[in-house]
Amino acid sequence: MAFSSEDLSTMDSIIKRYPRSRSAIMPLLHFVQAKAGYVTNEGIEVIAQLLDLEAAEVTAVSTFYTQYKPTPVGEYHVGVCTNTLCAIMGGDAIFASLKDHLGIGNDEVTADGKVSLEHIECNAACDYAPVVMANWEFYDNQTVESAKELVDSMRAGNPKPPTRGPSRLVTYKEASAVLAGLNDGLAHEGVQAGEPTLLGLKLSKEGK
Amino acid sequence: MTKLAPVLSAHWDEKDSFTLEGYKRHGGYKAAEKALKMDPDAVIQLVKDSGLRGRGGAGFPTGMKWGFIPQGDNKDHYLVVNADESEPGTCKDMPLLMANPHVLIEGCIIACHAIRAKHAFIYIRGEVTHVARRMNQAIADAYAAGILGNGIDVVLHVGAGAYICGEETALLDSLEGFRGQPRLRPPFPAIAGLYARPTVVNNVESIASVPAIVMNGAEWYQSMGTEKSKGTTLYSLSGHVVNPGQFEAPLGITLREILDLAGGVRPGHKLKFWTPGGSSTPLFTDAHLDVPLDYEGVAAAGSMLGTKALQIFDETTCVVRAVLRWTEFYKHESCGKCTPCREGTWWLVQILRDLEEGKGTEADLAKLLDLCDNILGRSFCALGDGATSPITSSIKYFRDEYIAHVTNGSCPFDPVASTLFVGAGA
Repeated sequence: MAFSSEDLSTMDSIIKRYPRSRSAIMPLLHFVQAKAGYVTNEGIEVIAQLLDLEAAEVTAVSTFYTQYKPTPVGEYHVGVCTNTLCAIMGGDAIFASLKDHLGIGNDEVTADGKVSLEHIECNAACDYAPVVMANWEFYDNQTVESAKELVDSMRAGNPKPPTRGPSRLVTYKEASAVLAGLNDGLAHEGVQAGEPTLLGLKLSKEGK
Repeated sequence: MTKLAPVLSAHWDEKDSFTLEGYKRHGGYKAAEKALKMDPDAVIQLVKDSGLRGRGGAGFPTGMKWGFIPQGDNKDHYLVVNADESEPGTCKDMPLLMANPHVLIEGCIIACHAIRAKHAFIYIRGEVTHVARRMNQAIADAYAAGILGNGIDVVLHVGAGAYICGEETALLDSLEGFRGQPRLRPPFPAIAGLYARPTVVNNVESIASVPAIVMNGAEWYQSMGTEKSKGTTLYSLSGHVVNPGQFEAPLGITLREILDLAGGVRPGHKLKFWTPGGSSTPLFTDAHLDVPLDYEGVAAAGSMLGTKALQIFDETTCVVRAVLRWTEFYKHESCGKCTPCREGTWWLVQILRDLEEGKGTEADLAKLLDLCDNILGRSFCALGDGATSPITSSIKYFRDEYIAHVTNGSCPFDPVASTLFVGAGA
């Protein structure tokens, strides 16, 4: 795919956020993923040109960070936390069952291109363990069954909404645009906090 | 009398707590208004007097950090907020920003004024779409309301999945557009930080604590907590407990008190081991239930307060499996710059994997400790140090369990028993 003049002007506005242009590499890589679904060679070249760098310099940055994907992921990229706490509380079982259920391994995509799977590290939601992320939106307190239902809903084209997030699950490309700093107008959707987040506050109001 | 003291979390239960309107309803941005009329040095002194210490792990006095920024040097200064919350078990900053991103913006305005900076960057981890979305919307709303843009700019910078970028100098390299690898110190960021300019790097919770201090005064803040650990903080309880969650309390509360509030360890089970401040802080056991959870109390008991991430594991959990998984994490997240950490964490994984599978020997324990000795303190940053904490502490408290793996020839634990859905047909 080629980058349109509108894309290039968006990229220019991303660069202008920073006092020094090179700082824009990361949001620009997120933006390339928003357009192409992964980090394409063309995207690397365009970033290099815009920032007056060698393509190798941009590639060096891209390959350091696990969220920049060298090959296409699914429309819905599912991450299962298998860091210690989630793993022990059920994350290992969820990840194993999803691999089996989808017939794919870690970092692989279903043949229909709908779902990709990755085991991820701690996602800062340990009080909601076991945690599954999809396009980096929270799916809290998962079980083997709920995780299977989630990926089934994705393959059926009607993904369940996140637990703490917008009322619909955005696609991987759409989520990447948010990570590039673009506004999709969904910030007001979803809860302000889940129950565990509010537990201490609730107890203190009860005088405990 | 309640042991809890919600300040940061006081209004999280209001459905629009994350909006500008919701924030202003409770005096939001009044502290910035007040601080901007103060002399910057007076703001620094106020934060020094409050006793606020860094909430990202190290516990360095926040006001003192601000005071290190050279003044009248005719250079640009920067504030960088570390929102790259990634330490295993740590889950306080993301819910804080989801529920109330404006308090961070207000804290940024006050801090920028104090250190004479015009630019603040918030470096948030990349794996939290909705939190990034809320934070960006809050920044946009603050600009639209004229709160930002009058001499102080705030930019959200979204990371891309590298734990090491939570280390402040790696974060700066990442923010400058490089691979996130730690820098040698000195020079410290206060002298040569972002773009080699004087820079303050603070954790989200530290900066978010500042507006309340400006509004209510240093004495009010000092009145909470313990002798050298002042104020309230977010304790994040997770794992094998009846009710996990966030508990904001004065520093010095104990795990026993928090567990009481949370309904205790899950029914029929008992506490085996826990982390006081994330996986990089040495493990505690049921012998440490009454350790005051402040900077000094936890250190005196042989660990670190860290991020106050209280991960609770009951007796169904294999400590070797738990430690192996953390070690795999450190190996994966080692940036590769320093040899002891890059090579050492790789070897730790190999030996621990053998041990967990029952293929290890007793001599492997000595080898693990020897490796830890050669990693600890030998790299640019603390990632390698953190990797050794769960290993050395677990061997200290649970040597017999390691040996049982060796004599059994396999892991003596059933992983199903430690899941939350055991017996639920899953």
